[in-house]
Amino acid sequence: MNLRTTALQWPVLRQLRGGDPQALGAAAQSRHSADLRPRTETAQKVVKSICPYCAVGCGQNVYVEDGRVTQIEGDPDSPVSRGRLCPKGSASKQLVTGPSRQFQVKYRRPHGAEWEDLDLETAMDMISDRVIKTRRETWQDEAEGKRVNRTMGIASLGGATLDNEENYLMKKLYSAMGAIQIENQARI
Amino acid sequence: MAECHPVGFQWVMEAKAKGAKVIHVDPRFTRTSAVADLHVPLRAGSDIALLGALVNYVLSEGKEFREYVVAYTNAATLVGEDFRDTEDLDGLFSGYDADKHIYDPSSWQYEGSEVAAAAGHRDAQYSDRAGEDSSEGQQRSGGGQSHGSGGPSISGDPERDETLQHPRSVFQVLKRHFARYTPQMVEEVCGVPQDVFRQMAEAITANSGRDRTTAFVYAVGWTHHTVGVQYIRTAAILQTLLGNIGRPGGGIMALRGHASIQGSTDIPTLFNILPGYIPMPHAHRHENLADFVQADAGTKGYWGNMPAYTISLLKSWWGDAATADNDYCFDYLPRLTGDHGTYNTVMRQIDEGGGGYFVVGENPAVGSANAKMQRRGMANLDWLVVRDFQMIESATWWLDGPEIETGEMRTEDIGTEVFFLPAAAHTEKSGSFTNTQRMLQWHHQAVEPAGDARSELWFYYHLGRIIREKLAGSTDPRDRPLLDLTWDYPTEGPVAEPSAETVLAEINGRDADGNPLSAYTALKDDGSTSCGCWIYCGVYADGENQAARRKPGQEQSWVAPEWGWAWPANRRILYNRASADPAGKPWSERKAYVWWDEDQGKWTGHDVPDFQPTKRPDYQPPDGAKAEDALRGTDPFIMQSDGKAWLFAPAGLTDGPMPAHYEPEESPFENAFYAQQSNPARETHSRPDNRYHPSGDKPGSDVFPYVFTTYRLTEHHTAGGMSRFQSYLSELQPEFFCEISPELAAERGLEHLGWATIVTARTAIEARVLVTERMTPLTVRGRTIHQVGLPYHWGSNGLTTGDAANELVSIALDPNVHIQETKAATCDIQPGRRPRGPQLLEYVAGYRQRAGIDELTGTEANRR
Amino acid sequence: MTATTHRSSNPAAQLGYDQPPARKGFFTDTSICIGCKACEVACKEWNMVPEDGLELSGMSYDNTQGLGASTWRHVAFIEQPKSLGGQESNLQHEGVDALALAGGMATSPAPSTRTQVDLGMPGTVLPGAEGDAGTATPFRWLMESDVCKHCTHAACLDVCPTGALFRTEFGTVVVQDDVCNGCGYCVPACPYGVIEKREGPTGNDAVGLAQKCTLCYDRLKGDLEPACAKACPTKSIQFGDLDELRERAQVRVDQLVAAGETGARLYGHDPDDGVGGTGAMFLLLDEPEVYGLPPDPVVTTRDLPEMWRRAVLAAVTMLAGGVAVFARERGNR
Repeated sequence: MNLRTTALQWPVLRQLRGGDPQALGAAAQSRHSADLRPRTETAQKVVKSICPYCAVGCGQNVYVEDGRVTQIEGDPDSPVSRGRLCPKGSASKQLVTGPSRQFQVKYRRPHGAEWEDLDLETAMDMISDRVIKTRRETWQDEAEGKRVNRTMGIASLGGATLDNEENYLMKKLYSAMGAIQIENQARI
Repeated sequence: MAECHPVGFQWVMEAKAKGAKVIHVDPRFTRTSAVADLHVPLRAGSDIALLGALVNYVLSEGKEFREYVVAYTNAATLVGEDFRDTEDLDGLFSGYDADKHIYDPSSWQYEGSEVAAAAGHRDAQYSDRAGEDSSEGQQRSGGGQSHGSGGPSISGDPERDETLQHPRSVFQVLKRHFARYTPQMVEEVCGVPQDVFRQMAEAITANSGRDRTTAFVYAVGWTHHTVGVQYIRTAAILQTLLGNIGRPGGGIMALRGHASIQGSTDIPTLFNILPGYIPMPHAHRHENLADFVQADAGTKGYWGNMPAYTISLLKSWWGDAATADNDYCFDYLPRLTGDHGTYNTVMRQIDEGGGGYFVVGENPAVGSANAKMQRRGMANLDWLVVRDFQMIESATWWLDGPEIETGEMRTEDIGTEVFFLPAAAHTEKSGSFTNTQRMLQWHHQAVEPAGDARSELWFYYHLGRIIREKLAGSTDPRDRPLLDLTWDYPTEGPVAEPSAETVLAEINGRDADGNPLSAYTALKDDGSTSCGCWIYCGVYADGENQAARRKPGQEQSWVAPEWGWAWPANRRILYNRASADPAGKPWSERKAYVWWDEDQGKWTGHDVPDFQPTKRPDYQPPDGAKAEDALRGTDPFIMQSDGKAWLFAPAGLTDGPMPAHYEPEESPFENAFYAQQSNPARETHSRPDNRYHPSGDKPGSDVFPYVFTTYRLTEHHTAGGMSRFQSYLSELQPEFFCEISPELAAERGLEHLGWATIVTARTAIEARVLVTERMTPLTVRGRTIHQVGLPYHWGSNGLTTGDAANELVSIALDPNVHIQETKAATCDIQPGRRPRGPQLLEYVAGYRQRAGIDELTGTEANRR
Repeated sequence: MTATTHRSSNPAAQLGYDQPPARKGFFTDTSICIGCKACEVACKEWNMVPEDGLELSGMSYDNTQGLGASTWRHVAFIEQPKSLGGQESNLQHEGVDALALAGGMATSPAPSTRTQVDLGMPGTVLPGAEGDAGTATPFRWLMESDVCKHCTHAACLDVCPTGALFRTEFGTVVVQDDVCNGCGYCVPACPYGVIEKREGPTGNDAVGLAQKCTLCYDRLKGDLEPACAKACPTKSIQFGDLDELRERAQVRVDQLVAAGETGARLYGHDPDDGVGGTGAMFLLLDEPEVYGLPPDPVVTTRDLPEMWRRAVLAAVTMLAGGVAVFARERGNR
């Protein structure tokens, strides 16, 4: 910090030099206040997005600085929402950056009384093994004398909060697996 | 709408500022009511009585849009002689099987034609058409999702009477059916005074016709009933009679509650359909692809192209392995044998146990009916995978769920292996959401997901990749569907994220040379095209991501066609041919939308015409014409096989060709309309963990004297996983509460801000009490009826916690779509907190005993 | 310069700014508020204001309860036994004293004791006090998003001994965290009870400092509208040049009165009121007290001697404040 500049910016001096003898305005303005800018101005990118809550589909602008989301607000260009957001949409930054979000795979072994940490690769491998095993053990070539080619041992719930592309891969993989009990919030 | 879709509501407020009248029908006075012109409180579960009376008002006062009705609906079509109405059978339609509680719809058909079932469940009636015995399982699997897409198929030319005078014309059948839906009955059944009903009826009819249109907007307040589909049908009949379909400012709009719940129906993570509302095949003897599409091939309307849609889907899934010789791998698809919906899945988990369950971005331990059963099902699995942002109740029930407290479960006894995998947020992945107006909008990835958080795209792609690697070399024919699957998506970035745009391109489809298709009309049934979802064909036209288009709204027309992409073919209003008269001219200048341009010889207007572009209004199909070519130039409803809007549904519904008022599964009242108490085809599951209450005059019904209804608040989101963990939302609604009227508070001694215990045969929960005049007692059948309002967002985890309202709700389902009745049931309410531990079980058992509840209660056909 | 501009010339004009812009402010039209609270959340997200307690208030849907150090926008909900002009609620509370039954429930913030007025609106039902069977009880649910008024004569600013509070070039009144020493003089000075010292949470940078709405001073400097106004789904909260907003507000209130909403009135628009008019004005549908607003706010420093804020006195205290700031900045390194 340049001490001389700082000293000249002291309110008492500015107050006497400027047109604000009572120090209610410019003379009282701190350096920090004078330099204030909206934090979105320093965002390295503004990413076009869509609100993840309800199906109105409001446009969002996501501001990113140093690889972090620094602000999410309405996209004025959207003919759906014209830049506006409801309280949930307005809370999107807290949704994606909030302190209670989970970032660690957790595992509860059968009859276990607590969570254990698990690495993601191991978890994927274990889940794949269970899918294969359950599928083999519960496979039905026929039911009631009719060909069904399926497993009733694998079920899934979810999709309404996900992307179309994700739902597509889910339905495709499950169908190839022979799993039919595939459902989402649209049923509920 | 202001409560749950505030930003969408800006358009209602804007319309209101321009003079539109806003009517809000809801048991509660909500934030929507606060700014409406007219609030119509009614008894939860009585909407068909109200809507039916509006239909009757239109018909008896001659307020229908006659020219529209004659030209564009099936009003003139004659119904077969075998049909019997609820008027004839005191609340039943013909074809009811009282032992199985299901309908045989064959007597509902038109005269001189054969009708096949609707998209999504046309295959359920395959047996009938193929001359095979129809199994109960097929009937039980019921209807599919036909939102925005399907119409049942017809073959032959049904007879018509354009004067609408024939006693068996749909118009006259409808008139007789709804004649008993009078304003007096509305007052009697809904608790809505007759003068209030008349104001509503006059406002709606005065605002419909050539120059004006009326819109209906609904959400799960209409769908969450044992007769929910028929609620929507009643509104559809009303809007069709008034000429409010296919026109700007008209329609019936479903306000959907999740960002892509429409998309997850179009590209379904649902048991009964394949992408684009193609049915999942049912198990039949010797069925092949030709049989599967047989009934549809050669019929009229766009569903006549079902072979092309189906084969293109199979090609996109199994690629080169899918050939004409092997029926394009049609046998690879697993087969249905009944209702495999989520509630049946949960009951199977409880009863049979074992197996695995993926729960992704959903919280059934809080959000599904009879939440205890959800947890019991999960406690009986071999393994469970939960993917979410937060430690939701569906992941932690084994540690601290309500059953641990009551002693019904002990953690150490629970054998379920649980994997919790953190999920990536919308800012951490690219992809498309389909909004409530069928519009796909792309969201771009902003940042990389932290830690182990991954997208579902990542999870399912890599899961499939690993499984295929483990199975590589297998000679088991059962593994062929997995090994032959096209599963070679390119990955990118530090976590090897599959390219969402590549998946979108597959959904869009490709021609024989691998070029992106631009429209579903290009799809072929010879295996030369592939398409993952035919109604989405065109979203990647010209190799461009059309869903990512963002031309600012202010720089384009009010229809804003260059923002995102709406299915099908970027049409913003479906069936918009109906916005012009039969000659192709707008009904009025004020409501001009799409019209025939004689000079250019094509349809034009503000939107993409929902019609063959050059089909003249006077086009008559030549003999032998197929699919869309078989429809006339005056047939706007192009997904229907007769091109008409259906006032009477000769097929496609499992519980009747027309709506009828039935009481909810649990109701304090007898049905005032018919001897038939509740929907005779509804799906009940009486079991020790899912008992029903006695209704009406049955002994014990007074033990549960009040009606409760569940709903959402602006400040929270569904089962709370995306709101209860955020301080900014939690502080706005920091506790679970029930809303009751001052009169009910006085009757039960409930204190404002005190505690109340709400009881059903399933369990009892506790809530803080909000006494408010916004809850009103109603006079129904001469009695005062009180309603209890319960927001359902809470559970035991997060910053704000409370009991889940869904603990109270039974599993009693609509027979078409298997959706539960959360919006109207009976309960008791008492001051104070609920009992803890095992005492809670005894407390609820006492209620069941006093009400005389057994396994038969609420399951009977309920005829008096 | 137009006459209207002259009428509310920016109070920042004489405060040392070089060509200050037009005075900025809010016009909150409560007649179109749907009580969604987007303003509260958008404000907190932008300004990083911490959570303000998880208490169920019982005051209708108002759990925020009032403006304070960690609530810069507050939506009041008022359930009233009165009819909204042109609206029919069709609630049927027959001769019941709802408030008594509710155990003295507070209809936030202050229950109106005014008697029912016949607005003469078509369809407006006016039952007798005892109520007729089947007739509707008058009822309306008012919502209002409250905020700092950014007074023309701002007492908080007048009493601030450190210069932490200052008037910006936009005519708004802002606390500077880097100057405030937490003396708290401003808190009782505010005639609206807006400004408060932040009590927590522990670790928050502004604990112990006076806090309130800044009218998004940082955003204004970047030509952005305040976060609350931007989010507002129905544009109940409007931001702009105060003179233009004042004209817009007058048009709107005239429109509502003409339509029969005789209770419609403006609040804070009058430069001759006790605070010289406010930078945040409101269109209300009832008396200000009903919304918890003082009916006749008076700048609490009106009678203080002119001498009070002489430059020398200010300079001394500010010097002390300045030292404190440097100390804190060093501490932060």
